[in-house]
Amino acid sequence: MAEVTYDSATCIYPGADRPAVDALQLPIKDGEFVVMVGPSGCGKTTALRMLAGLEEIDDGSIRIDGKDMVGVPSRDRDIAMVFQNYALYPSKTVGENMGFSLKMHGVPKDERARRVRDAAKVLDLEPLLDRKPRNLSGGQRQRVAMGRAIVREPKVFCMDEPLSNLDAQLRVQTRTQIAELQRRLKVTTVYVTHDQVEAMTMGERVAVMRAGQLQQFDSPTELYDHPANVFVAGFIGSPAMNRFDGALEDGSIKVSGAALHPPEGQLRAAKGHGKLTVGIRPEHLSIGGDGELTLEVALVEDLGSDSYIYGRLAGDADSHVIVRATRDHPRPGEVVKVKVDTAHLHLFDGATGLRVGE
Amino acid sequence: MMARSITAEPELTTAAPRRPAVRPKRRRNSTWVGIVGWLLGIVFFFPVLWMVITSFKTEAQAYTNTPQFVFTPTLEQYKTVFASGIWPYLANSAFATIVSTFFVLLLATPCAFALSLRPVKKTRDVLFFFISTKMLPIVAAIIPIYIAARNLHMLDNIFTLVILYTAMNLPIAVWMMRSFFLEVPGELLEAAEMDGAPLRRTVTEVILPVVAPGLAATALICCIFSWNEFFFAVNLTATQAATVPVFLVGFISSEGLYFAQLCAAATVATLPVILAGWVAQRQLVRGLSFGAIK
Repeated sequence: MAEVTYDSATCIYPGADRPAVDALQLPIKDGEFVVMVGPSGCGKTTALRMLAGLEEIDDGSIRIDGKDMVGVPSRDRDIAMVFQNYALYPSKTVGENMGFSLKMHGVPKDERARRVRDAAKVLDLEPLLDRKPRNLSGGQRQRVAMGRAIVREPKVFCMDEPLSNLDAQLRVQTRTQIAELQRRLKVTTVYVTHDQVEAMTMGERVAVMRAGQLQQFDSPTELYDHPANVFVAGFIGSPAMNRFDGALEDGSIKVSGAALHPPEGQLRAAKGHGKLTVGIRPEHLSIGGDGELTLEVALVEDLGSDSYIYGRLAGDADSHVIVRATRDHPRPGEVVKVKVDTAHLHLFDGATGLRVGE
Repeated sequence: MMARSITAEPELTTAAPRRPAVRPKRRRNSTWVGIVGWLLGIVFFFPVLWMVITSFKTEAQAYTNTPQFVFTPTLEQYKTVFASGIWPYLANSAFATIVSTFFVLLLATPCAFALSLRPVKKTRDVLFFFISTKMLPIVAAIIPIYIAARNLHMLDNIFTLVILYTAMNLPIAVWMMRSFFLEVPGELLEAAEMDGAPLRRTVTEVILPVVAPGLAATALICCIFSWNEFFFAVNLTATQAATVPVFLVGFISSEGLYFAQLCAAATVATLPVILAGWVAQRQLVRGLSFGAIK
């Protein structure tokens, strides 16, 4: 168990024109489950590998319990890692795979066997201990990789997209298992994923990254309710937040000809910003007779419990609108009025993309 | 249907129509490939088969103008071959082959490891240097080698052959082993490092078991090349260190062209290589289907 601090940690790959991870500032509390999320190439995996000691820290530092890790080899950091494709030793049995690190650290044989058995019990791997990895299913391999990490009782877990090779159903199931296991073991965990649903459901706090830079580091609800910029607003939430070009005019926000009236505080904050990006989540739009916006319905996704309506604003062919509706929804081709819940409007500066107001 | 139902999608994909029309044609093609493959196989194998058959004939039967397939087999030729002192030659060949292969693997494994898993700037140049040593025909180098061996008083010495065979096979072994090491997923090394394994344990406990089939394949190739090597052996050895290929040639000149006897001797000379290939077969197949380990 340990505190992990990224202090302006920077990694530049040889020959690259910009850092893969750029002055990352990330204080992670003892026992916390932190998820790094972002699109491919955003530097999240590099940041994780820097912590694990598999990538150089070119500038700044990473500290574990206050101890600077620059120049410390992986094996001396007391970190366990779960790899994307598990990296199980193919010639070793499940039990040997799990016990390998203990063996390398000189743990006596009987204690090793006991700890492997304990970890196997936790992960339901007991019947598989004598099998080779090639005789396991994808889900079982994933559990062995987890077992190899937990058997060591390390200071920090690093997990690099450990669920990406599982099918959708198993992924959801394993997701909750990992989160539950982490809460029980209380080991500081850094988890990397590109899947924002995984990030939102698993992380106590989520670090959203883009192009090597940290965009926002907050709890899932904070990310959802108060995204720091347009990128986070669009990345977190599924389906994505609707974003429109707008401007402050005559005490209201004008979007595609319609006037929206957000709370007073937000209007005050919007003053002085020329162009605005107006964000509104699909669940804060509703189909209704007296709505402010006019929507041409293009496609309806019926999910059973509710449905998503995709379309364009009338008079703005480039706009994309997603509205969450009940099962009782309009048909494609219809033109309907959409009501905006202005209490949940998000405003961003049109030029910088940064959040305006609360 | 514009309203898309997400849950219905998997059904749609499984209901995709098959195309049975393509199948018979493909099967006919594979039949032809099979026939051509067998024909080629027989063409290549027939001389070997003929050699083995002839080795069980008498000299008179071996020379009949319409070749005989039905005859009473005799072990007479083999008796003559073993009586004429093939044993020291076999021992020399075995010694040169086994010891040189051992040294080749000992040197090529760390070399290939470094060149594949820890590459540096000039790795490609080094690799091409290795293979370039195979570009000079041995004939062109034999005189300096002969003079060097003579001045070192190492003519007709089995260790001369051991050194030369090691040098001869090393580039091929490095290239082969490198291709096998390249197949080792990099994460395995990283996992071992995270698990706290020092380099030596990583190599012995993690990597070598993974590349064992490749190691076996490389060893077999080295054995075959060393066992069959003739040019160095005939030029640098006389009586003490001569190997089986030299014996075979000597057999022709000392006894005249006794066809059945020569076939028996050749069969004896071929046998160890065939045995080694047979033993390594399983490993070889695994070595060739290496990608399956992931």
